Amino acid sequence: MQLRELAHSRTGDKGNLITISVIAYRPESFPLLVRELTVDRVTEHFRGLVDRPVELYVLPGLSALTFVLHRPLNQGVTRSLALDAHGKCLGSAILSIELAEPVDADVRPVAGADRSRAYSEI
Amino acid sequence: MLKKIRIGSGAGYSGDRIDPAVELARCARLDYLVFECLAERTLALAQQSRDAGRNDGYDPLLIERMTAVLPECHRQGIKIISNMGAANPLAAAHKTAELARSMGLRNMKIAAVLGDDVLSWVRSSAKEHVIHDGRTVGSVMDRVISANAYLGAAPLVEALADGADVVITGRVADPSLFVAPMMHEFCWSANNWSEMGQATVIGHLLECAGQLTGGYFADPGYKDVPNLAHLGFPYAEVSADGSAVFSKVDGSGGLLNRETCIEQLLYEIQDPCSYLTPDVIADFSRVTIEEMGENSIAVCGGGGRERPPTLKVTIAFRDGFIGEGQISYGGLGALDRARLAISVLEERLQNHNLDETRFDLIGVNSIHGEQLSAAAPEPYEVRVRAVGRAQSRAVASIVAREVESLYTNGPAGGGGVTTSTRETVNLATTLIPSNCVRASVQYEVS
Repeated sequence: MQLRELAHSRTGDKGNLITISVIAYRPESFPLLVRELTVDRVTEHFRGLVDRPVELYVLPGLSALTFVLHRPLNQGVTRSLALDAHGKCLGSAILSIELAEPVDADVRPVAGADRSRAYSEI
Repeated sequence: MLKKIRIGSGAGYSGDRIDPAVELARCARLDYLVFECLAERTLALAQQSRDAGRNDGYDPLLIERMTAVLPECHRQGIKIISNMGAANPLAAAHKTAELARSMGLRNMKIAAVLGDDVLSWVRSSAKEHVIHDGRTVGSVMDRVISANAYLGAAPLVEALADGADVVITGRVADPSLFVAPMMHEFCWSANNWSEMGQATVIGHLLECAGQLTGGYFADPGYKDVPNLAHLGFPYAEVSADGSAVFSKVDGSGGLLNRETCIEQLLYEIQDPCSYLTPDVIADFSRVTIEEMGENSIAVCGGGGRERPPTLKVTIAFRDGFIGEGQISYGGLGALDRARLAISVLEERLQNHNLDETRFDLIGVNSIHGEQLSAAAPEPYEVRVRAVGRAQSRAVASIVAREVESLYTNGPAGGGGVTTSTRETVNLATTLIPSNCVRASVQYEVS
């Protein structure tokens, strides 16, 4: 199962940092995200785009993780030759991480449009 | 009953849509309407415009925005706070007063907050400071465009206490634009760190306007947003104890729920336990978000510690030129022809004194790079993008010319060439001791 099924994400940029949040749709799946989305795993996922390990912050109260990516030196947002110099599109990339553990039915959100309704009833 | 105030967010960046701000002014029974319009590089671009005599250095949409909301704000007594002063808050205040007079809106007090411009301090005291790429500030000094410190809420509170109807600033930390009216209305001490922290959380949630209410959120089938085309902007009803309920105008498009709030709470935050602003070191880690009803969210739990003794300074400097060209290929063999175009460009550009070049296949690898896109299926059409950096405009423009000449000198069936050559404005960050920055307020009356 891909991360996209359990979590959503937003990317921000500040100076030469890119911040990527990963937020569980359901609090029940948060422990699984913590186990799966290690610094090594996420750094490897973004290989070629970052040149040192990502920073990880864990926010249990919000069922959220945030990753901070440091741009390679001299690739600051204002000098970068990249089309998406801000790195704003990278949050979508993290959602394609394949989860290795089997995912129990009780931590899976319901599919599609019912997802946010189900969540708001929690 | 506890006093409550309503603060609306009318813009999240300098080019933001104006209609949602008008909707807020008309329908949300606001006390304050705040426009955050100054991204990191926006101020430098405004300073360049001012230096070149193209305009006075304030936000290019100042007059359009003010024309749209001033009459309604005047009628209801809604106070306006904005950093649309950009590189020249005084001129922006003068212009706003002039506009108010021309609209028959008399006796409006327009404040200009000054003091964020610290270029002279940078010239005299920051030469040895090292910037992110290892260079010193001194080594780029001859190309510096602007240097501005992030002011906090204090001078804005002063302006509000003096009875300002409109407060116009240059560089102020984004949340501080929202913290100021809370401090003013609730007489909060600037040293009550938990109040400053919670106020900063509220300001942070509001500062990007539509990004709280379903903008930058929709992902069809996963995160659906109703009526995104008519996205409404948020407002917060804040109580004297700092608790806040966020809403948007009934009937407006968009979505405000736990998910949109958490995405925005964590947006652009490095360490959620230590978000540094000029007002406080805010702690977002114990924030609680509660859905009160449809499009109604209660937020509390923001904390804080003593503010840092320094202010962040953004230094903008000219840093070479970027030349770029794009050309499209479609149909059978499109990807092979695009790859051939890139290899031809690489060869033609290699002897041209470019500091750095980059070649992308838009539709394949331009956004997420080679590794993440490696397993993707071949697209029907693809666009080649070539970009290079040089110290002179003439050299940078060679990239654009070489892409254009692929029409007659490249693979079959290329089309839709676009080219550009632009000067790079680079940003560096340093810190200034807070006591070296003297903020002040000047007034205009319509």
